[in-house]
Amino acid sequence: MSCLQTIHDYGLRSIGIGERLLPKADITLCEQVVLIGSGLIWNVYFGVFALATGFWLAACLAIGKNAKNPWLRRPASGFIFLFRGSPLFIQFFIGYELFVLLPKLGVSLDLGFVVIDAQTRWLTKAWLGALIVLFLNTAAYTGEIFSGALQAVPAGESEAADAYGMNARQKFWRVTWPTMLRLAWPSYTNEAIFMFHATTLVFFSGFPAWRQKGDALYYANYFADKTFNPFVPYPIVAGYFILLTLGIIGIWGLAERYLNRHLPQNVPRRRRIRLPLWR
Amino acid sequence: MMLFEACAAPKTLEGLIWLGCYLTTGKHMGFYFSFGTVMLLLAVTAPTALLFGFGGAVASRSPIAPLRWFGKTYVAMVRGVPDIVFFLFVPIALDQGFEFLRHKTLCSDVSEPIRQGNDFVVCSIAKLPLNSDPQWMHETYGFMLAVLSFAIVFGAFAGNTLRGAMAAVPRGQIETAEAFGMTRAQVFWRVIVPQMWIYAIPGLSNLWMILIKATPLLFILGVEDIVYWARELGGAKTSAFSYPHPDWRLWYYIALLVFYLMLTRVSEIVQRHLMARFSMGQATVSGNDLRQAGR
Repeated sequence: MSCLQTIHDYGLRSIGIGERLLPKADITLCEQVVLIGSGLIWNVYFGVFALATGFWLAACLAIGKNAKNPWLRRPASGFIFLFRGSPLFIQFFIGYELFVLLPKLGVSLDLGFVVIDAQTRWLTKAWLGALIVLFLNTAAYTGEIFSGALQAVPAGESEAADAYGMNARQKFWRVTWPTMLRLAWPSYTNEAIFMFHATTLVFFSGFPAWRQKGDALYYANYFADKTFNPFVPYPIVAGYFILLTLGIIGIWGLAERYLNRHLPQNVPRRRRIRLPLWR
Repeated sequence: MMLFEACAAPKTLEGLIWLGCYLTTGKHMGFYFSFGTVMLLLAVTAPTALLFGFGGAVASRSPIAPLRWFGKTYVAMVRGVPDIVFFLFVPIALDQGFEFLRHKTLCSDVSEPIRQGNDFVVCSIAKLPLNSDPQWMHETYGFMLAVLSFAIVFGAFAGNTLRGAMAAVPRGQIETAEAFGMTRAQVFWRVIVPQMWIYAIPGLSNLWMILIKATPLLFILGVEDIVYWARELGGAKTSAFSYPHPDWRLWYYIALLVFYLMLTRVSEIVQRHLMARFSMGQATVSGNDLRQAGR
């Protein structure tokens, strides 16, 4: 079987398109590369949607954590502590168990039986359930980063905004928010990288892979079990993730340039100077 | 002891006594014991990883090129790849590596290749641990492999932090030491190492938090840790068991959650004290604050 045929059969296997049976015997390198790459679709899906939705909750949490009103501050701080202080692994377990228990609670609501059944069925599936857990998790981590950045917004900029006669809303959207983002961005890039890495946990904790539709690590683990040779599939995953990480750094770097576009550009920006300390 | 005698016939018990007996069964003792396993892993891994990281950081600054390349590769390897990939890969690789070496030394007369298609075949006396060894040896070996993988992966993280910390020691300090005529080794041990901790502690305590939160991965490595027992004990038990109950896994997981939250809370407090301790006598803002406060 040629490699092109393999791509055709397994290229979209992780989302259920193509050959149903996974390769069992005489596993070729091509099959491993293609199938693991197909699993990467899930990692990208989880990462992109969790980050895109978590960003907004994180902003709310950061504002809440810095609020003077304890009724806003305490829940926000508590939420951040809860999700940053416990392993994502356990969060997945608890999330899954909760979602499995939901139908029993839903029945007592005396609504249309079918509707409730349908909704909770999706929650126990990885594509929605795991996404919700990842969303809450990244929101907490990003919220902590944003809240730190909010505290670091220079007082002079805020005073200048007051002096211009901006009202609170204008001040926030025109001064505080963009500066906060600019300050938080390097850490947020790290969080994005770790978020994509964390997506590999989805099918290892709680959420079952339905019809062997799994992520990159799921297939790598499958191959390692089948061939008893970890030296091929895991480096393939590693390679894919290095590429993914480089992609994230590229995209986030573009955003950083946009956020910093008003700053003097002739100043060398965050250039890593690697002068040898030892001559 | 009264409690244990009362537990002889669990089906007749009710309420709090039932719960008391339920929570003191032999299996629950295994569950409580596994919290010790996690703490033991943390206690062994943290210094080992620090040692590995220190070695990696020193190697990455070495004047000998191959050693430097090795150090840099080791320190950089965890940046782009999820740590769980390493946790799945390193134990098998180590296991096969050990068995390969033992096979080569112990049964050099066997000429068949070790990799036969999809199988990894070593002679029976090269197996680790031996098939005839008791169960506890197998469990200990599994735990050792887990500790070693944790130490290797977190050593790379720590190496990254320590390398940055070594580079952050003010240049003037090093120049002064050199002006005093200290050798490279003296500069390193007397100036850089004592001063680098203040720059390393934020990174290292962050790493400690990550290490704590990575301990449930022990479950993936096949160690009977708290996650294993929580799944085992929480699963629904039919009336064939002495203590039948529905699916209680959620409650067990919540107990684990509380355990981890407490662990991170305590760590945060310790970290704050450490930071204050290491700021003493340092050329940093907080060090100056301490000096002015008369300490």
